[in-house]
Amino acid sequence: MLTLVYVLVLGGIFFLFIAAIGVVRMPDLYNRMHATSKAATLGVGLILVAVAVFYWDLSVAARALATLAFIVLTAPVAAHALGRAAYLSGVKPCEDTYIDELAGHYQKNHRLESVEVKPPAPDPSE
Amino acid sequence: MRAFVHNVLLAIFWMLVTESFTLANFLVGFAIGFLLLFLARSLFDPTSRRYFTLAWRLPWFVAKMLWEIVLSSLQVARAVLSPRMRIRPGIVAYPLEAQSDLEITLLANLITLTPGTLSLDVSSDRRVLYVHGMFVEDPKAVVESIRDNLEKAVLEVTR
Repeated sequence: MLTLVYVLVLGGIFFLFIAAIGVVRMPDLYNRMHATSKAATLGVGLILVAVAVFYWDLSVAARALATLAFIVLTAPVAAHALGRAAYLSGVKPCEDTYIDELAGHYQKNHRLESVEVKPPAPDPSE
Repeated sequence: MRAFVHNVLLAIFWMLVTESFTLANFLVGFAIGFLLLFLARSLFDPTSRRYFTLAWRLPWFVAKMLWEIVLSSLQVARAVLSPRMRIRPGIVAYPLEAQSDLEITLLANLITLTPGTLSLDVSSDRRVLYVHGMFVEDPKAVVESIRDNLEKAVLEVTR
C-alpha cells in the first residue's frame, strides 16, 4: 500500500514539475496554459489520490475526491478565462503560430462573431 | 430523476429492514434497489427511463475523461522535455453541434483537458468554439478529432 502511495506522489510531483518547466520554456502565453491546465491537473490529482490511499479513511477520501472533482471542473474554466482575457487585451500568439482563425472576429464591445460555417450534416439516427 | 428518488427510497427502506444505518449498507441497498428498478424499468415513462442508460454511460464517460487527461499530460510532458520543442501552435474555429449551456461547458472543459487543445472562447451566437491547439498540422483534422472523440461522448451523456 505504501509503495502505491510513493508511486502516486512521485507521479504527481513529476507532472507538477513538468508544468513548471513548461511555463518557463513555452514560447507564448497560450502554449504555457497548455502546460498548466493539463499537467498541473493531473499532478494535483495524483497527489490527492495518494492522500486518500494513505489515510484509507472514508471522511478523508470523500474530501480528497471532492477536491479533485472541483479541480477538474474549474481548471479548464480558469484557463478559458485567462486565454480569453489575454486575447482581448492584445497578447499576440507567438510567431510560430501557424493559423489564427480567431483574428479579427472580436468586435469593439467584446462580442465574438462566428466564422461562416455550414451547419453539420444532420445525424440520420436522430 | 424520478427513478433516482425511488432508488434512494428503496435504499433507505433496505436500511430500515436490515437495521444497520451505515454507508456500506446504504450502498448495498442502493445496488439492490437499482437492480429491482431495472427489472421493472418498463413501468417508467421514457424520460425517467434515461436514468438506466445514464447509470451505464456515466461511468464510461468519467473513465474516458480521466484517460484523456493522462494522455494529454504525457504529451505535454514530451513536448516540454524534448530539447527542440516541435510544436506547431494555431487557433482553430470549431463549429459546435452542442447547444445547451451544459453541453457546451462540458465540451469546452473536455477540450481543455485533452491532448494538445485548449478552448479559448465561444462566439456570442454559440455556433463556433475557438480552440487553441499545440500541434495543429491540419485544422480540419483537429476539428474532426474533436467531433469524433469528444462531442459524441458529451452528447451521448446529455441527450
